[in-house]
Amino acid sequence: MTSTTYAYLSNNLIYSAMAVYTIAFFAHAIEVSFSVHNVEVAAGADTDNSATKFDFSRTQRSGRIGTAMMTLGFLLLFAGVIARGLSAHRVPWGNMYEFSITGALAFSGAYLYALAKYKLRWLGLPVAIAVLLTLGTAITVLYRPSAPLVPALKSTWLAIHVSAAIASGGVFLLANCVAATYLILDRMESKGARKVWAQRLPSLETLDQLAYRLVAFVFPLWTFAVIAGAIWAESAWGRYWSWDPKETWAFITWVAYAAYLHARVTIGWRGRRAAWLCLFAGSTFLFNYVWVNIWGSGLHTYSGL
Amino acid sequence: MSEIRELEAAGLLRWMWRQLTSMRTALLLLLLLGLASIPGSIFPQRSQNPMKVQQYFSANPTLAHWMDKFQLFSVYGSPWFAAIYILLFISLIGCVLPRTFDHLKKIGAKPPLTPKFLEKMEAFTVVEGVGSLDTAEKWLKRHRFRVRRESTSISAEKGYSRETGNLLFHLSLILILLAVAVGGLLGSRGEAIVNVGERFVNTPTSYDNLSFGKFQKEGSLVPFALTIKNFKATYNITTNAPSDYVLTVAAENPAGSTANTQVIRVNKPLTYGSTKIYLQANGYSPVVTVKDKTGKITFQGPVVFLPQDANLTSTGAIKLPDMNPQIGFVGSFVPTYDRSATRGAFSVFPEALDPRLLLSAWQGNLGLDSGNPQSVYRLDTSKMTKLGLKQLAVGQSYDFGEGSITFDGWKSWVNLQIVDDPGKMYALLGAILAVLGLMVSLFTRQRRIWVKIDPTGKALQVAGLAKNGTPGLDEEVAQLVAALLNTGSEG
Repeated sequence: MTSTTYAYLSNNLIYSAMAVYTIAFFAHAIEVSFSVHNVEVAAGADTDNSATKFDFSRTQRSGRIGTAMMTLGFLLLFAGVIARGLSAHRVPWGNMYEFSITGALAFSGAYLYALAKYKLRWLGLPVAIAVLLTLGTAITVLYRPSAPLVPALKSTWLAIHVSAAIASGGVFLLANCVAATYLILDRMESKGARKVWAQRLPSLETLDQLAYRLVAFVFPLWTFAVIAGAIWAESAWGRYWSWDPKETWAFITWVAYAAYLHARVTIGWRGRRAAWLCLFAGSTFLFNYVWVNIWGSGLHTYSGL
Repeated sequence: MSEIRELEAAGLLRWMWRQLTSMRTALLLLLLLGLASIPGSIFPQRSQNPMKVQQYFSANPTLAHWMDKFQLFSVYGSPWFAAIYILLFISLIGCVLPRTFDHLKKIGAKPPLTPKFLEKMEAFTVVEGVGSLDTAEKWLKRHRFRVRRESTSISAEKGYSRETGNLLFHLSLILILLAVAVGGLLGSRGEAIVNVGERFVNTPTSYDNLSFGKFQKEGSLVPFALTIKNFKATYNITTNAPSDYVLTVAAENPAGSTANTQVIRVNKPLTYGSTKIYLQANGYSPVVTVKDKTGKITFQGPVVFLPQDANLTSTGAIKLPDMNPQIGFVGSFVPTYDRSATRGAFSVFPEALDPRLLLSAWQGNLGLDSGNPQSVYRLDTSKMTKLGLKQLAVGQSYDFGEGSITFDGWKSWVNLQIVDDPGKMYALLGAILAVLGLMVSLFTRQRRIWVKIDPTGKALQVAGLAKNGTPGLDEEVAQLVAALLNTGSEG
């Protein structure tokens, strides 16, 4: 196959993945919404009408379809990313469109991996939404035709540095989803009992632990990504650290997560404060990705925009 | 009286030292360092883009003047930024070194004594009658716990490497900070624009700009020389983006020795010890011949022009101070020519496929004797009068009245960046050790397990403690209990 057919194939795979993620989104939405039913109707009227219950056995199948679609979407996206790389004869990390589709792949991969280890199906809905938004933005706004790399990117470090950065980003965003869920549920609980749809979600303590474990797991990888970037910068630009905006924000993200880990391990922060710090750290990463790539100046100007 | 004051002063100092080296302060300083680095990513920085700083100054002079007072255009070299990281550095040392000594003392030490009451500990289990302390000790040793055996109890601990990794990580950060300092104080960094065909000898006068670290002397440069043999740039014909730059040089080290051919690319610098030579930028130098009215050649050769856009439309100046009256040209070099009503002449492709040289000729005082430094790429036309304007293809000449100028052709130039950073290898070593330390410290679980003979004498109590709430303790205690029950049933 030629480069163009691969590029064409890649685009179709990405579109198919989006269609499949849309199905996953609806399946998860149905799973949550249709499991609510009214006790009054089911058991005959003897109490007041507000006695709604939450019965997930009714929508188990829908949930399973959701997970199956998330897996299928991941595989299609994976194939799409590979085809994109084949079309350009290189790793598919040359511009922001390619960073975004690979980032979405890492993010949904992190979800599926965590799903295999913990009971996380409830995260399917926000994950599906986030992946759809990322892919949608990528293919409409960020899309660039497949092309060879500029000389500065021609290096083995592209594969090492960028893959580590993208993988860390995927896990950071997942930790952000968990921390955000924590804060929403925490607020709900402080006002009274959890709403019906939220009753099946894990306990606050589990969420708190999960966010910490995700960050602790990926922090060394992020450190490595920054260091690999420094090694590459040394060979491409003659300076391993030049306080380029992207480097600066990568450092700020590193500092924020380091602070999060210290706050938890040595000062003993738990719960609300830790979740806010986690969200803050994750948003510095997002800021770096969006703001610095599109509006920032400096040496990391590879977005292709 | 004075003695008391001295005591007070010493106390105050001790108090300050304790505050500075507390974990909270270190953490606060770390956050502050992150915060302090933000303005440098928002405002243009002199070290990265001096042109943009100038634009900022001309756009908002008063604001820029005040911002400059707070070094907001050179954040990373400013005293307040340095103050934060030096304090962090001291705080880190004060925090980590005592802990390192403590940890070293603990090598081979036994775990602390078994607590009196195990009932309140995690995973508390009572194993009736059967097991013995010997079985428990054997099991714990096999699972690489450190064991302290007392007459009626065992205290065991595992996961000391968590602290080892933690300390290694923080010590490595100190090493990185030291390496950065060494590079800054003992290194040098400079740039030079060299035309194809020219020779560059590594002496301070050959550079366009060169800076030395505080403790570095000018004579320390590696005495190499490079002759630029060839520079080849390849561009993508659909996107106009560069796809490859290859620079071929004849390198002599030391200058005057036999030359060998070397290739420098963007990601492949040429290395001499801790000195590296990078290919940083490139552009075009139009080659011209200028003759005076009598036909005598007053200037001949390439003139470096600076690229202005991605298609390498380049501008520059040709100055002829020896002609009488003085003559100057403002020039624009267009590698692949096109023309539009709004933009005039411009380049549509970065390779020199159909080059033109656009010149405006000026006569008068070049202003070179005023004592103010002047850019070689710009003509100060304030004391000059315009003679005319001309567009030339290769081989064409322009007679400007006081003489003539011929566009003979063009040459490529390359911008070499030459960097000596002796701290680099230590920074790399520090970085590798830091990642290793981090992984050991984050992936090691530290926990204690106690086994104790029940006060009744007919059972064993088992309990544990997981540091930082790490998971898996319950399973581990369950395994130990199973082992105790097993041997019990056998015996």
